Amino acid sequence: MLKIDNLVSGYDNLKVIQNVSIKVNPGEIVSIIGANGAGKTTLLKTITGILKPVSGSIFFDGQDISSTKTEKIVHLGCSLVPEGRQVFAPMTVRENLILGGYVQYKRKLGSDVLPYLDRIYKLFPRLLERETQFAGSLSGGEQQMLAIGRAMMARPKLVMMDEPSMGLAPLVIKEIFSIVRMLRDEGATILLVEQNAKAALRLADRGYVLETGKVILEGSSKELLENDDVKCAYLGKTKKDT
Amino acid sequence: MELLLQYIVAGITYGTIYAIVAIGFNIIYNTTGIINFAQGEFVMLGGMTAFTLKEYMPLPVAIICAVVITMIIGALIEIVFIRWLHKPSVLRMIIITIGLSILIRETALHIWGEGVTALPYFTGTSVTSVNLGGVFISPQVFWAVGISSIVVILLGIFFNFTLLGKQMRACSANREAARLCGISTQNMVTFSFMLSAAIGALGGCIVSPITYISYDSGSQLAIKGFTVAILGGLGNSTAAVAAAMILGILESFSIWALPAAYKDVVSIAIMLIILFVKPSGLFGNAAAARLKEY
Repeated sequence: MLKIDNLVSGYDNLKVIQNVSIKVNPGEIVSIIGANGAGKTTLLKTITGILKPVSGSIFFDGQDISSTKTEKIVHLGCSLVPEGRQVFAPMTVRENLILGGYVQYKRKLGSDVLPYLDRIYKLFPRLLERETQFAGSLSGGEQQMLAIGRAMMARPKLVMMDEPSMGLAPLVIKEIFSIVRMLRDEGATILLVEQNAKAALRLADRGYVLETGKVILEGSSKELLENDDVKCAYLGKTKKDT
Repeated sequence: MELLLQYIVAGITYGTIYAIVAIGFNIIYNTTGIINFAQGEFVMLGGMTAFTLKEYMPLPVAIICAVVITMIIGALIEIVFIRWLHKPSVLRMIIITIGLSILIRETALHIWGEGVTALPYFTGTSVTSVNLGGVFISPQVFWAVGISSIVVILLGIFFNFTLLGKQMRACSANREAARLCGISTQNMVTFSFMLSAAIGALGGCIVSPITYISYDSGSQLAIKGFTVAILGGLGNSTAAVAAAMILGILESFSIWALPAAYKDVVSIAIMLIILFVKPSGLFGNAAAARLKEY
């Protein structure tokens, strides 16, 4: 579904991503783990066309999207749940979700938007309760649900999530991960980027470990969870967090 | 008492015009974060174009055509001068839009000359008036207030209930997230220029019979509109209407208290005071402002 080869990308002269190759197969959950500054967000921004790659190729559904505009990439079926949620704060929850379904209108499938909105509300009953509230007034966890719901409204073939657990309380993180699990059970293809390595790997089928812009390890989640380096890095992380 | 009401009516008349210019500022500001200093020029272009066209067609058709032509000019300005800029700085945008306003003004001078033009009154003539409880009101005032109110209501409906309006608001709330929803923010910017050009042009047509329009009317209106936009709180169109009424009425009372030449001083003084004391505007709410990106 997604195939990235030798990708180099970054900001101006700073090459944050160096020769990264990643693959996501249909129906898979792949997680990319790594510490702050490893280039996880840069990688996702490059895939969605917000940043232009310096070199390398990005194929989505067999189509080269390395120089495609963000709008078009979303239209093709590749959605991003951005880091820090990025909901439309001065707009209502409902408006946020409807706008998420905007590409469906462009695909001439506008009649599917409202029925699917009901499904999203079933997945996230909390959003239904808050339907007419401004997105900016929601709690962090609710905003994260809204951001995920908004991305799902586009009916993407691939959902990429950039640190959905960032800045949330442990209980809320649990909830968010159970939502991701629910999406997986429905057959969604997900690329999950996380600092919360343990939780992400438990959820994923396969994983990549990103360090200073390079993939230093890849394998099935089980292998990675048992890998000593990963364990060590993971322990180091918990030390820092507590 | 009648005199007082007369001043208020005059104030409201000017207020509606300022409101229309301010709304034009706000629409572009909301989608781009730019203050388009050429906004007053759209008003002038609307009034002047309608004046020329009315020789060849009935007045309502001429006004519609003038609005459409100005709208196209607005789109062209965005496509030619603004679109290709990659994340321009605010200062650069200010200089570009001021430059554009000079360009448009000088072009207008070549086309229409220095003369002052006025569209005929939409109904009646300059001496017709409606007596409302001792206050004499020109029918054009009703047109100005009526059309402006309709514009404000239609804009409210547009931004809140149509998908295109919601897209524009999304673009204003969070540009990157809007793109991630598949919205072409570039097209939204073009559209916001078209919309505010059209609204400005319509304002120019309404105001033309009352205030007359010449090639250089734009900059004055732009200052008034900008004052009002700031007074209400940049980006907030409902507040702009209220602020416009305040400014219009203050100005009209200033004629009563001070020599008429000081009329413009009032608005500039208000603008400076607001910029110094409360840049978020009279109705600018710090909490609401924080919900916005900028």
